[in-house]
Amino acid sequence: MQTCTGKGDLEMKTMQKLKILLAAVLFAPALAVSTAALASEALHLDPAPDVSGDKDALQNGARLFVNYCLSCHGASALRYNKLLELGLTEAQIVENLMFTTDKIGDPMTVAMTPADAKKWFGVTPPDLSIIARARASADGSGADWLYTYLRSFYRDETRPTGWNNVVFANVGMPHILFDLQGEQILDAEGKLQPAASGTLLAADYDKQVADLVGFLTWMSEPQAEFRKRLGVGVLIFLVLLFGFAYALKKEYWKDVH
Amino acid sequence: MATNSNFEKYKSDGSLLGSVLEWVDARFPLTSMWKAHLSEYYAPKNFNFWYYFGSLALLVLVLQVVTGIFLAMNYKPDASLNAAGLPVAFASVNYIMNDVSWGWLIRYMHSTGASAFFIVVYLHMFRGMLYGSYRKPRELIWVFGVLVFLCLMAEAFMGYLLPWGQMSLWGAQVIVNLFGAIPLIGDPLSIWVRGDFVIGDATLNRFFAFHVVAVPLVLIGLVVAHVLALHEVGSNNPDGVEIKKVTDAKGIPLDGIPFHPYYTVKDIVGVAVFLMLFSFVVFFWPEGGGYFLEYNNFFQADPMKTPAHIAPVWYFTPFYSMLRAMVWNFFWLDAKFWGVVAMGAGVVILAFLPWLDRAPVKSIRYRGPIFKTLLTLFVFTFLVLGFLGTKVPGYYFFGYQPATNPDGSIIFSPLNYLLSGDLIAQAFTVYYFLFFLTMPWWSKIDQCKPVPERVTWK
Repeated sequence: MQTCTGKGDLEMKTMQKLKILLAAVLFAPALAVSTAALASEALHLDPAPDVSGDKDALQNGARLFVNYCLSCHGASALRYNKLLELGLTEAQIVENLMFTTDKIGDPMTVAMTPADAKKWFGVTPPDLSIIARARASADGSGADWLYTYLRSFYRDETRPTGWNNVVFANVGMPHILFDLQGEQILDAEGKLQPAASGTLLAADYDKQVADLVGFLTWMSEPQAEFRKRLGVGVLIFLVLLFGFAYALKKEYWKDVH
Repeated sequence: MATNSNFEKYKSDGSLLGSVLEWVDARFPLTSMWKAHLSEYYAPKNFNFWYYFGSLALLVLVLQVVTGIFLAMNYKPDASLNAAGLPVAFASVNYIMNDVSWGWLIRYMHSTGASAFFIVVYLHMFRGMLYGSYRKPRELIWVFGVLVFLCLMAEAFMGYLLPWGQMSLWGAQVIVNLFGAIPLIGDPLSIWVRGDFVIGDATLNRFFAFHVVAVPLVLIGLVVAHVLALHEVGSNNPDGVEIKKVTDAKGIPLDGIPFHPYYTVKDIVGVAVFLMLFSFVVFFWPEGGGYFLEYNNFFQADPMKTPAHIAPVWYFTPFYSMLRAMVWNFFWLDAKFWGVVAMGAGVVILAFLPWLDRAPVKSIRYRGPIFKTLLTLFVFTFLVLGFLGTKVPGYYFFGYQPATNPDGSIIFSPLNYLLSGDLIAQAFTVYYFLFFLTMPWWSKIDQCKPVPERVTWK
């Protein structure tokens, strides 16, 4: 058709515009995320060191979790034998990490009931199974939030526990790790200042918290590493499938014109 | 397309398979259905990129049904608290993630599938607008499609309650409360919908029943009607010309090719590309930056703790923006009621598109500058409305801080107005409706180009 020969270019241009539009549609979420990051009320979070591939760090995190957190906070979605995936042996788990049960297939729960906890603490300490995912926001990952939070407790005599937190205002939990970190106070500018030293130097304390947060992150999705490894295989398969599908289509469509 | 009786029944060639087919054909229209819908359904040969999304929508539907069945085997619609203090429903999702073999994959496929469904369907609908696929004689295909979209929204909304996270609970709370804005019957209606005075166990159970049985049944029925109507009149194409007008001696369109094998092999290419993007999200980005799985929904539902910001999932946000844009009380009725009306009308108005569009041509290829400009603006406003729907009320673009009077009211200045998300949402809501309501006028006066007799190649 003669109407179309001249139109070819215009048509191409429209298609191109539409493709740009499509790209915009697909990347709109990314755009939203980046603009959200620009928003004024952003909370400043320190990036948590990535210890996801470090079995020693994760084992240390598990130890800290069981010793400091598990007395009040459960991790009911996780069974003790899942810790085998961190390179621990069954004997190590049973002897060092299991205090409330003798069945390795049991979930990591606390001995007190939620109702008792509510009565004693005023609030039930939340289950931490997937806390590292819940705490993610436009301000940073859940790990960043936890890493900053656990390093941001300060002395506040107006609170019933004597502790407050920069990241989580009027938090119900006292500073459980204070024997390790020591005490901090808030100065006139709202900045944290060390007030009394703990058993660890600041850098060592940060390292311990990083391990603990690494464990919490691992726990929130224990299959995450496997998921990514599997994903690579799946994508390779799909690229091959695409190659075959494209060749098949080309072959069939030879006679269409 | 010809009806089933026009196709010959299969005659056995003596082989076992042939005899079985002949036996079946004598009792069930297998061969004729195969021919009518696949091997002798003639589709225009000039389908382009935009024509992948119909078959992809069908693929996602199947994915959702199959993954949904496996999720339902392990999910428990129960709002009561377990021994660890977690709602049973919420804990059962954790159980699927950690304890059910491949449960995490099934769950991510289902959650990613929900977003993928809307992406694919939005692009599919946009294709219809680009090439006038809703125009005569395809009005019913479009109307069935809008009904499918409505069903999909209901399905997604009810499904989102099931994980029983904070956003599940509070999102449902906000939306169901909207029914309360309807005069006279509002309050009893919202109680009737919830089955309780608040979103609770009764709501969770009925939403589960609707999500896994009632709505999918209607949805699948409508999809069948959508495809049957399509195969009755035949597909439109990027040129918007009727291929049935030019046929060979046997009545086969010269520009048509059998759907199978040509479009089946072509759609497999589309499927492969789609699955790459889909798998990328499932395996490497399952939370979709907090848009596919909202972070706040990893907190268990807590009726005592209202989140600071309740946002629906991204695919509802354009319509949610329209809802929030209505801030005036008209005719003694609460603004909230008009918000509900705007949100509902925003979807329903799509169904009238076949009768609002009066252009002499169908395809954007031959339509004039008015359509091209207004459609581009329409897409832009829709995206911005969607973006704003994810933001808190009082949002300003680019982190802008508006200057305020001492009493806290906003000073009158151009930037304070131009960068205000609330005002932009109102303006764009007006544009969204004006686009449709004035279409009978501008679509008629637009400068269209001559349409070719036969289809063209890009």
